[in-house]
Amino acid sequence: MTSLQIKKILNDNDHKTVEALAQQAAQLTRRQFGRTISLYGPLYLSNFCSSHCTYCGFHSQNKIQRLKLEPAQYRKEMQFIHAQGIRNILMLTGESYKHTPVSYLKEAAQIASEYFQGIALEVHPMQTDEYKELFAAGVDGIAVYQETYDRKRYSEVHLSGYKKDYDFRYATPHRAAEAGMRQISLGILLGLSDPSEDLFALYQHLRELERSFPGVEYSVSFPRLRTVKAETLASCDVDDIQFVKIIALTRILFPRVGINLSTREEPQLRDHLLEIGITRMSAGSNTSVGGYTLLEESSQDPQFDIKDERSVDEIVKLLKSRDFDPVFTDWRHIENSL
Amino acid sequence: MTDTPLVIAGKSFTSRFLLGTGKFKNKQDLADSIAASESEIVTVALRRIDLERHEENILEYVPAHVTLLTNTSGARNAQEAVRIARLAKASGCGNWVKIEVINDSKYLLPDNHETIKATEILAAEGFVVLPYISPDLYAARALVKAGAATVMPLGSFIGSNQGLKTKEFIQVLINEIDLPIVVDAGIGAPSQAAEAMEMGAAAVLANTAIATAQDPAVLAHAFALAVKAGRMAYLSGLPLQHPVAKASSPLTGFLYNDVPAN
Repeated sequence: MTSLQIKKILNDNDHKTVEALAQQAAQLTRRQFGRTISLYGPLYLSNFCSSHCTYCGFHSQNKIQRLKLEPAQYRKEMQFIHAQGIRNILMLTGESYKHTPVSYLKEAAQIASEYFQGIALEVHPMQTDEYKELFAAGVDGIAVYQETYDRKRYSEVHLSGYKKDYDFRYATPHRAAEAGMRQISLGILLGLSDPSEDLFALYQHLRELERSFPGVEYSVSFPRLRTVKAETLASCDVDDIQFVKIIALTRILFPRVGINLSTREEPQLRDHLLEIGITRMSAGSNTSVGGYTLLEESSQDPQFDIKDERSVDEIVKLLKSRDFDPVFTDWRHIENSL
Repeated sequence: MTDTPLVIAGKSFTSRFLLGTGKFKNKQDLADSIAASESEIVTVALRRIDLERHEENILEYVPAHVTLLTNTSGARNAQEAVRIARLAKASGCGNWVKIEVINDSKYLLPDNHETIKATEILAAEGFVVLPYISPDLYAARALVKAGAATVMPLGSFIGSNQGLKTKEFIQVLINEIDLPIVVDAGIGAPSQAAEAMEMGAAAVLANTAIATAQDPAVLAHAFALAVKAGRMAYLSGLPLQHPVAKASSPLTGFLYNDVPAN
């Protein structure tokens, strides 16, 4: 499929087209994944960041309270998340080698493995050897989003720091796969650039990776640019109809690929998207460092504003009422080695 | 007509239908389907077993008389499959293991070579090993040597409901391998399960078709009946089994008939 064909589909607002895409996607999703939805909990470890990305609440120029959790602190957060039933954790940091080096992440992974079966990281891109160290420490998954594949736009919104290096970031999933990671999540930040061009490039990226590293379980995320403390940052809006088509098209072209949905979306939309192609979602999320147990809400600086604030129990109830089986464990920790 | 039981590693089973436990919309549907399928062996992925959470623990829904066959879903090589099997045993899931080694997330085809390696190691450790493979005669022979308890060839791509796309290759295994051949993966309808049994397969395993049916328990029961019907047909010596045609007008009769040539 070419970017022109994708553009045509995204711009075709005939209800019948949208419905036909959604039906086909839903059928494929049920066949591949059944009526199951995997749940994970995000844990923000640090918001120190050396990159200046214009759309992000954590960027280096932003005057927010900078925090990095110490082991005793994140252990407390992990215990809270674990007590809610979550067994897959996604640990996130800002992009700072200095504040959250591999040694820090390794320790966090080792402690996380006491509570969780699946451990993934969404942190600054690293070298293959560093990923190998993390894999050996129990990390199974890496999430790294290119945000936009439009180089010009990429340099406009990534003003300084490591993230400015487009090519290093692009090759990050390859390095993570080479290091043995089982799950790799790619994504684009919808709203930054032309969605059909970005989608086309994302699909190409995914195909390249599937060819080179067929054993990896891939998933994709389509966060839409959100407000941070009510400040709007998007340059081009992707409306709900386009969003549904993006999910459906991805499922049709990649029947086995996981599709994540974040708490950035309104509950009502999240609930409908479950039927069409979503396979993974976060639950009980808090996007502030120390947000679960350590800080009062008034003193939190979130990475983005959450639209869906339902607790894990509420999400589980909702899934069950809609005939979905919530999956808490889809991996069992084994000693990782290549 | 009397049938002999299905015997795997010295254990006898009346049912020749095995059920997979993934993709069900809730645990009750799974429990109902196990009952309706009359299965005596069900396979569960270790990665999906949460021993800590009573309500979500899939094992709570598997009746005591059913043999638990833990599978190594998620393993990408022999080493990982071996680790998962050992962990399953240590977690109290028993020593029956279905080896699944898949290093391709797009097609989900099993890696026969790594599967043979894992079977060798685990069989030597006393596991009852049921390896899942792409139907290949050499791989099946190597599995016999490695100590496998059955051979489980795929009928078509897993989850595809496409039926016996690999029929001829499975027939070769049925003809040549002295272990129970359990047809696994791709079986999307009772008629396809019956077809596999008519060919002489020892048993059939299904999952996706049942788990994603509108009424899983009803389809599970239909599968149970189809497997029985297919087995009966096989035992009856149905004509399809004889690949060499019996022509009604012999072509070589003239060699023996005492008919004078004109």
